Amino acid sequence: MKKLWITLTYLVFIILLIIPIIKIFTGAWEEGWDGFVEALSRKQSLHALMMTGIIVVVVTAINTVFGVMLALYLVRAGWIGKRMKQFMNSLVDLPFAVSPVIGGLMIVLLLGPSSIMGAFFEDIGFKVVYALPGMILATLFVTFPLMVREVMPVLQEIGSQQEEAASTLGAYSWYTFWHVTWPSIRWGVIYGVVLTVARSLGEFGAVLVVSGNIMNKTQTATTLVYQDVENFNVIAANSIALVLAAFSVGLLLLMEWAKKRKEVH
Amino acid sequence: MHIEVRGLKKQFGDFQAVNDVSFEIEKGHLIGLLGPSGGGKTSILRMLAGLESPSSGDIIFHGKRVNDLPPQERGIGFVFQNYALFKHMTVYDNVSFGLKVKGQSKEFIRERVMSLVELTGLKGFEHRYPHQLSGGQRQRVAFARALAPEPQLLLLDEPFAAIDAKIRTELRTWLKDMIERVGITSIFVTHDQEEAIEVADEIMIINKGRLEQKGSPWEIYKNPQTQFVASFIGESTIVENIERLKGFEEAANWPGTQALIRPEYIEIGKLSEFRLPSATFQGTVKHLHFRGSEWMVEVQVGDIKLITYRSLEKDVLQPGDEVTVLIHRAYLFNDSDTWIMENRLKVDPMPIHI
Ligand SMILES: Nc1ncnc2c1ncn2[C@@H]1O[C@H](COP(=O)(O)OP(=O)(O)OP(=O)(O)O)[C@@H](O)[C@H]1O
Ligand SMILES: [Mg+2]
Repeated sequence: MKKLWITLTYLVFIILLIIPIIKIFTGAWEEGWDGFVEALSRKQSLHALMMTGIIVVVVTAINTVFGVMLALYLVRAGWIGKRMKQFMNSLVDLPFAVSPVIGGLMIVLLLGPSSIMGAFFEDIGFKVVYALPGMILATLFVTFPLMVREVMPVLQEIGSQQEEAASTLGAYSWYTFWHVTWPSIRWGVIYGVVLTVARSLGEFGAVLVVSGNIMNKTQTATTLVYQDVENFNVIAANSIALVLAAFSVGLLLLMEWAKKRKEVH
Repeated sequence: MHIEVRGLKKQFGDFQAVNDVSFEIEKGHLIGLLGPSGGGKTSILRMLAGLESPSSGDIIFHGKRVNDLPPQERGIGFVFQNYALFKHMTVYDNVSFGLKVKGQSKEFIRERVMSLVELTGLKGFEHRYPHQLSGGQRQRVAFARALAPEPQLLLLDEPFAAIDAKIRTELRTWLKDMIERVGITSIFVTHDQEEAIEVADEIMIINKGRLEQKGSPWEIYKNPQTQFVASFIGESTIVENIERLKGFEEAANWPGTQALIRPEYIEIGKLSEFRLPSATFQGTVKHLHFRGSEWMVEVQVGDIKLITYRSLEKDVLQPGDEVTVLIHRAYLFNDSDTWIMENRLKVDPMPIHI
């Protein structure tokens, strides 16, 4: 009985994961190395990969700093009322509950050219929607819970006594954070970074809505794959998908490693 | 450091955790904060340390009000109940933390840490991490870490709670010696009256957020000022109608008064063993419990049950035996007052002058 279940699990795993990856691989290689390179060296491919790269770097940086900060406030700050904390805490989960497409739509409605705020930004020459800032905002919205949810339980588990001990020994908050808190949450943060990178690398819905998917302008790797598939450009679609998949595998390995370290410390 | 606390209060929501506590502590004294769980001991300690801000009242160190000083600037050392060692730092780094923060030179730190490590008997363990130490060793690291920056006041929250009974007695003697040697004003919290009595110069009894009594262990034992203190320190039996016992008939003058009698104030034996038979009365042995070094005896007198101890050297009693009972004294208390009443008949009615 047990064996049957194990076999079944493997079967599902193979059908859902391994076969598509092989398919992507063979698809990308249909015309050999040249086809693959050609698909990737198209102007729109390079631009899309660059956009994705920028989004990943910026989003991860912002999300890490603010995620850790918010986690610290939610767990430690005594001056935030209990109700307020509960409210903020449930707000953090909002992006998990809301579909990314809806999230993107919200940004368009709030900051689009026809909205008050959007018009204001447009006037001072800062385009948000259908431009990079909006895409970064959309990706931030989607990835925001990841860091907070990774770091909060770690902070709760270590408790505030070590930090209090540091303060009675004369250390102020900045010193205490780097010498006492950080070593304990470090692996949680790294895990959160990996999750954020993976998520922002693969984000599609929210970005699609906000960007308008304009080639060579606001197209990311995922939305380019989508367009290539629409245009029956299978080799190109598979090639870019393969690059993304390769990154994902790398991240997965990194994640495993970070998880192990997290448990050790 | 001389410490003064005036009208200290702490509220959590509408719960009064500490209620109008005032006391003074002389420089160099070792004070035990004793009381039942939830009484507010930790809250008082945390307010002294600056980890919690009082709802009202003043905390004065050395004649200076420190309410608004953050913990970093109060010059205190704090030993937490579960030590709160920095778990990713070695013993050496833990102890040197407070010195590094102050920006002391490397050589100075090295010297100070090594002398503390030696003082606390941790030599050879400098490079271990907290999880590689026993409970007692961790306790000593926490102690050394708190002492390293030379605080003026040492606060210890149940420093022995997580240590098993045997090592505990050893450690508390060690701690007392150590504190005496360093000469630092210290306050430690404990649940354990034996610990407080043994270690402290002075005890403060805290109950329901109030300071019930402050004094030397002997004073508190001899002269409890509230019913709570009398029943909390030492063992005791509460007797509803003490006026029925011989020598305490006067208690009838205070209706609604109860008495509290310690086992050591009750003597039992054969009539012939007593010097003043007139002050004694008869009782029946109800139960006997062996307590390792003595017998605990339950004696029934009318409808009053008394508890006392009896040496193993004396004749072994049996349940049902008739015994003579002498009560030396009792604590009497009613809603408004507490006082001690000596057995009136014990004060020899017909003194014989030779
Ligand atoms: N942060 C807090 N929020 C709300 N109530 C609190 C808080 N800290 C303490 N209390 C309450 O204040 C009261 C006193 O707590 P405190 O920790 O000072 O007691 P204690 O005498 O140290 O008890 P124990 O001996 O069990 O450690 C308790 O009833 C506790 O529930
Ligand atoms: Mg406590």
